[in-house]
Amino acid sequence: MAEAIREYFGHITEVVKTFWEGMTVTLSYMLRRPITVQYPDRTEKRIADTLPSRYRGLLEVDTSVCTGCMACERACPIGVIKIAADKDPTNPKQRVLTQFDIDVSKCMFCGLCVEPCPTAAIQHTREFESTVKSIDNLVYRWVPDPEKPVPMYRPVKGQDAPRAPVGELMRKRLAAAVWTAPPSIFPADAAKDSKDPSEPKKG
Amino acid sequence: MRITLGLDSTSLTRRYPKLAVLASLFMAFAAPMGLYVAALAIFPLNTPERINAMSQQWLGYDLAGSPYRNLVYALFLMLVAFIAVNFTAVFGGVSTWVERRVAGRMQSRIGPNRTGAAGFLAWVADAVKMILKEDTIPGSADNLLFRAAPYFSMIGLLLPFVVLPFGEAAVVTDLNVGVFYVTAVTAFVVVGILVSGWASNSKWALFGGIRGAAQVLSYEIPAGICLMVPVLMAGTLSMQGIVRAQGGLPWEWFVFRNPAAFVAFFISVTSSLAEGNRTPFDLPEAESELVAGYHAEYSGFRLAIFLMVEWANMWIMAGLAVTLFLGGWQVPGVTDEMYKGALGTGLVPSGTWFVYQALSMLIFTVKTWALVFLFIWLRWTLPRVRVDQMMSLCWKYLVPGAFLCFIVTLLWQLLVPPIGNTITGIVLFALAVVLLVKFLVATFRNIGRVRGDRLDLSNW
Repeated sequence: MAEAIREYFGHITEVVKTFWEGMTVTLSYMLRRPITVQYPDRTEKRIADTLPSRYRGLLEVDTSVCTGCMACERACPIGVIKIAADKDPTNPKQRVLTQFDIDVSKCMFCGLCVEPCPTAAIQHTREFESTVKSIDNLVYRWVPDPEKPVPMYRPVKGQDAPRAPVGELMRKRLAAAVWTAPPSIFPADAAKDSKDPSEPKKG
Repeated sequence: MRITLGLDSTSLTRRYPKLAVLASLFMAFAAPMGLYVAALAIFPLNTPERINAMSQQWLGYDLAGSPYRNLVYALFLMLVAFIAVNFTAVFGGVSTWVERRVAGRMQSRIGPNRTGAAGFLAWVADAVKMILKEDTIPGSADNLLFRAAPYFSMIGLLLPFVVLPFGEAAVVTDLNVGVFYVTAVTAFVVVGILVSGWASNSKWALFGGIRGAAQVLSYEIPAGICLMVPVLMAGTLSMQGIVRAQGGLPWEWFVFRNPAAFVAFFISVTSSLAEGNRTPFDLPEAESELVAGYHAEYSGFRLAIFLMVEWANMWIMAGLAVTLFLGGWQVPGVTDEMYKGALGTGLVPSGTWFVYQALSMLIFTVKTWALVFLFIWLRWTLPRVRVDQMMSLCWKYLVPGAFLCFIVTLLWQLLVPPIGNTITGIVLFALAVVLLVKFLVATFRNIGRVRGDRLDLSNW
């Protein structure tokens, strides 16, 4: 009996004590600074700059060191990368890139294209803020104009390719990007699109 | 067709930052103030004698002898009801914002801070969203009951406003059975919960409804007995009478007048938490067990009503506790004679009267908000209790405790001379102050326990 009474009042004192303890803890947290980082308005640094260096962000291509080997295009499991090559009309020995498109809207950031690249021309950056109103603008054209093709790079033995620092080109592109820009149409695609309806596929 | 209402609140706030601040300030201060001023102007007028006298003096029209007099009285009652409904809606909304911000900070988060200044307009956006949503009714639900259930709850929320005194004169009517009336009509809320649980034709909703019924019926008993303690001390069931029996200074409040009342206050607050389905007693809608309990099948406007009832009920719970135990609207140093003297005999009371009234309403509001904050704070401190724990807490601890408080109060009223009340009041109040200081010290010690943490209210 005495045991039961002690237990009964023990419960009451326990409730009072634990309430006291719990309420002081929650109130103390209310008076502290929340640890939430208020992205994107109130961050001390750009978030991209705080990410680890091996972060697999948007793909960047430095076409000045691209050899045009198309290893990345073959490695891509989804067909995100589209490369077109041609001969330089003025110098038949020099091959040129007329198209190097990466459709980021399809990319799954697996990194398989980065691995086979002999000159590290294609690299993941730490950038990720690429939203645009039109999904067509997520196709990054690293050869902006097919009329001005980029000559392919020839590797020099015993020397690293002089690649631009990773992320710099992408950052410039993102800074210049306009959210509401009209969808850009690549001249080659436009020609194909206009042809397609008139030539129905056979088979 | 795409309908754009321009309700993309984030971009609106960005585009017009000043507009956002103005809108937030309006919703935070001007709207409640307007309702308070309207309450102060309309509530005291709401007697046939005053309306008759006004019409006689200002319009020269003998309303008392007119066949349309009941129409005019009804019109005034409609005005009163309009004020009460709007007050509950605004309070329910503002309290959701307060709750979310407080909860955020207690969990080291920030809470909503995008819509309007400090995120204040989030509740308006929520309400607009809910009203625009489709009001779906499950195919196998009981159509009529399903549609009617939210209004039962809403009636249970609105009816207590009839007797809840916001100030010395700002009360719709002072029923002589006020406390009894409040306990009777608040039970409507559980009728709504039970009906919605039944009519939804869903297992989760039915469980929630049944749980709600069991819970509210159990907790009516300790709540009812604890409400008897201030009734015994004041010798009246009228809410205004109970407030008048208390004083403005803390040691004149009933909660400190005798030890039994002190305990009864805590039992009564706990039971009213359970009756209002607030955490830790939110078993009827336990989202981790019952999806959303009794309102699992509701959407759109009807869900908005249920949620408004849930939050606005905090005002009723807190207001009731303040009225019965914490001195209500009593302003320190202002006596009944001073109110009567300032009222005068004319139709329009003097400016002093309005100052007194505004003060009394302010005091009531501050006390009630303090208790509302306590409820919110409890919710984010305690986990939900189990059904058996809820029942054992009620029947094993609160019911005997409430009976004990009742009996001790009876004996106290009989045996202790009035001077004893004053001495106990001062002693208990001093004890409460000491406890509060100890509590704050413990809180600050908790902050210091984590290295690098300190009191910091920035980062809004």
